[in-house]
Amino acid sequence: MTDSAPTPREKARPWVIRTYSGHSSAAASNALYRENLARGQTGLSVAFDLPTQTGYDADHALATGEVGKVGVPIGHLGDMAALFDGIPLGEMNTSMTINATAPWLLALYVAAAERQGAKRADLRGTTQNDLVKEFLARGTYMLPPEPSMRLQADVISFTVREMPRWNPVNICSYHLQEAGATPVLEVSYALAGALALLDHVRERGDIDEATFPKVFGRISFFVNAGMRFIEEMVKLRVMGAAWERIGRERYGVTEPKLLRFRYGVQVNSLGLTEQQPENNVYRIALEMLGVVLSKRARARAVQLPAWNEALGLPRPWDQQWSLRLQQILAHESDLLEYGDLFDGSTVVAELEAELTAAVEREMAWIASEGGVVKAVQSGAMKERLVAANTERLGRIERGEQKVVGVNCFTESAPSPLVAGADGGIMTVDPQAEREQIERLVAWRAGRNDAEVAAALTGLRDAAKTGDSVMDPSIRCALVGVTTGEWGGVMREVFGEYRAPTGVGAVSGAKGSAEGLQRAREAVERVSAGLGRRLKLLVGKPGLDGHSNGAEQIAVRARDAGMEVVYEGIRLTPEQIASGAEEEGAHAIGLSILSGSHLALVPAVFAALKARGLGRIPVIVGGIIPELDRGALEAMGVARVFTPSDFDLNAIMVEIAEATGRAHGLNA
Amino acid sequence: MTPAQGIAERVLAGERGGVARALNLIESSRNDDREAARAVVDAVASHPRIGGQVVGLTGPPGVGKSTLGGRIVAEWRRRGHTVGVIAVDPSSRASGGAVLGDRSRIAKPAGDDGVFIRSMAARDRLGGLAPGSVDAILVMRAAFDRVLVETVGVGQSETDVSTAADQTVVIVQPAGGDTLQFIKAGLMEIFDLLAVNKADLGAIAERTRRELRAALRVLDRQDTPVVPTSGATGTGVAELVDAVDERFAALGDGLAGLREAKLREHVVRTATELHGTLALARHGGHAAALGRLAALPPGSPPSALLAAAIPTS
Repeated sequence: MTDSAPTPREKARPWVIRTYSGHSSAAASNALYRENLARGQTGLSVAFDLPTQTGYDADHALATGEVGKVGVPIGHLGDMAALFDGIPLGEMNTSMTINATAPWLLALYVAAAERQGAKRADLRGTTQNDLVKEFLARGTYMLPPEPSMRLQADVISFTVREMPRWNPVNICSYHLQEAGATPVLEVSYALAGALALLDHVRERGDIDEATFPKVFGRISFFVNAGMRFIEEMVKLRVMGAAWERIGRERYGVTEPKLLRFRYGVQVNSLGLTEQQPENNVYRIALEMLGVVLSKRARARAVQLPAWNEALGLPRPWDQQWSLRLQQILAHESDLLEYGDLFDGSTVVAELEAELTAAVEREMAWIASEGGVVKAVQSGAMKERLVAANTERLGRIERGEQKVVGVNCFTESAPSPLVAGADGGIMTVDPQAEREQIERLVAWRAGRNDAEVAAALTGLRDAAKTGDSVMDPSIRCALVGVTTGEWGGVMREVFGEYRAPTGVGAVSGAKGSAEGLQRAREAVERVSAGLGRRLKLLVGKPGLDGHSNGAEQIAVRARDAGMEVVYEGIRLTPEQIASGAEEEGAHAIGLSILSGSHLALVPAVFAALKARGLGRIPVIVGGIIPELDRGALEAMGVARVFTPSDFDLNAIMVEIAEATGRAHGLNA
Repeated sequence: MTPAQGIAERVLAGERGGVARALNLIESSRNDDREAARAVVDAVASHPRIGGQVVGLTGPPGVGKSTLGGRIVAEWRRRGHTVGVIAVDPSSRASGGAVLGDRSRIAKPAGDDGVFIRSMAARDRLGGLAPGSVDAILVMRAAFDRVLVETVGVGQSETDVSTAADQTVVIVQPAGGDTLQFIKAGLMEIFDLLAVNKADLGAIAERTRRELRAALRVLDRQDTPVVPTSGATGTGVAELVDAVDERFAALGDGLAGLREAKLREHVVRTATELHGTLALARHGGHAAALGRLAALPPGSPPSALLAAAIPTS
């Protein structure tokens, strides 16, 4: 050994390092973005709140409790300008998780950028703009499938023409995995969704044949990576190869650059645990390996969840901790110095062949169901997803799939990370909603009403005639139209939609046989006392569309012998109360994951009391911080369940017993 | 006024809380509840104010029944009618549980108390009407202008629903070939109108409609309306509702007699379920039971009919 330093190898350029963030208000989120950029983040990933994602103004009834919760509220151009104040959009790479309202948020972004002096052609970033997975898993859709696809295509045509560096669509398999999809389902549903969209764009004919390969080249993906990180890496290699094949064979794309499978990733949140939450740091690190290890299938952009996501919303420090993980892997380790480590591995090649074949079978099945749009409308794809998740949860319940701290190695010293006064999570300032509404009211007062009306008429006409909505949307943005007004026109022209819930036909894992037997006995006992079979109304109030929890509760409650009324997502407290009245429900289960429980639960109680149904027991499940549990119980909630309650049969017993008690039966 | 009379009054006034309470009693197996339910049903059944028209909607699984049902409800609302819906879902035979999902297909404007949807599990009646459905329909009819009864279309249910409803719409899937089969399969007894759904499929739907027309001529039922509809787009729904209205108008005063006959048919069936087919046979069979009921005047309380259908002791 000599004492001279080793020759440094050349490092590849790291992926774009981002954190999915946004909360409370445009100004607060702007401060957070500047902070994150100062800490070495290389791109932005904007989280919007649910009213913005579903096209409602902050003062709409459905927005109650949701404003500024899971992301930033953007109600108009003023908010968009404030969000990027001091951040030069001509130089930034901005990813926007926006779908149903993607044309509108893109219009606001373009308008805000042009006001900064940036050119459209220089804008780089992504609008997620993938509606298939909204219908199947995430729930922030607004319109029926066909017009949804049309708006997606409007965004594509516009950006291909005017913003060539923009990714108009980010096809997501991410949320499918969060909803319980296996790698096979994830890959095939995502690819099938991309094909449906590309076919639609091609059939529309507003893009000439010579330009079409560019459309293909602008489609990017957003994937998930879970704990089985070898399998995940294989999945991405398979997906990349399949995408290239599709490009060549189905669309005749030849230019290698346009055939490249480009994806961003947020690693899995579904597997993060509420118990011993510090372990999630390791999980996140291992999950990340799946998307960076293989150079051939390496992510273009990575966002990591924070260790405390199963507890509530992460604080800036929690996000910084995840950001540092990316930087350590990119800059301290030698990962970026080598070519692909797995080319030539026989194990990897075998796994690839197996997955490729399974994906082909699944895609053939989707085609046999009439393609993605039909299979979404019929609920066929949704049923497969719900069944896969039922299966997954059953394996965890029975202990066949190990989760450290949950169904094994559960002994733990108290975690100092959650001992602080904030319980280790961020709480959104309850004033945020009121302040956002005040700003909105002031904004409306300051507009030229005639200009607004004319711009909305232009938008309505375009929507009706089939012209692109993009230019009229930008005009709307410039004259001060609000998010709710834009969404209102779309709903008026295209109608609203309620996707199939997928729970009706599912049968499958039922946890342990003894556990299910106990649950059935409890349900029978209580039903006998009630005089008719225990009827449970499962409701999702507010705008949150993450329905996995509600679906699994509905399926298990049926298997335990209850009659279950489940109407799907996005119900007002009033709809839940009138549903309970009409159906003669004995108990109500509410699923809330958006952090809006302290606003929504009292609203449901008030609506029930107004109909004289005050004694129906209300059970709440969701991401409920420990600090809020007492508050909910004080309001009269019979029982609070969180992600740590994974034994569904035990939950059924508790629901039955709580129902018996509330109706004056001796349990 | 007894509590049951109080509930009956609230039902007749179209009060939602009263309807809910009556339906809960009807579905209960507790003796005190059953007695109260009988009193409520008797009180509304014989009341002169009971109006409501009942339309049954059935068809094979996957034909788009609930979506079309939702469109019909919306059309009725647009015409200013209050609407009650009874949606019957199958139960799991293993657990007795059920997911009642049909109400999600009926888009109910927020704050619209003019629609009242009750899901009922079919329980041990495989795919047929839920126990108590006929009583529930009576209650709905007393409270609302229009009642839609939606059932899963397999086997027994079509006959069940046609006995329970004033008019029955059978939804037909547009597909070549099996149309005549469908009509032959004993279904011609029960439908008053046919809807060829998924009219948005175009040529296939049109061919099905023509085949149905031809088949109806063979069966000498050419007066049966065949309406192309689309649950997806809503086309044809207003025409279907018009056709139903015309049928009611054509029935005129005959409706009361039709209802009485259907009620009696239902009562005999319920009595047979209660006492068994042997008991029915011992007392002279189906025709004899109807004969005993003929001795009771029209408008007799359902409980009195039930007691007379098969004499006990």
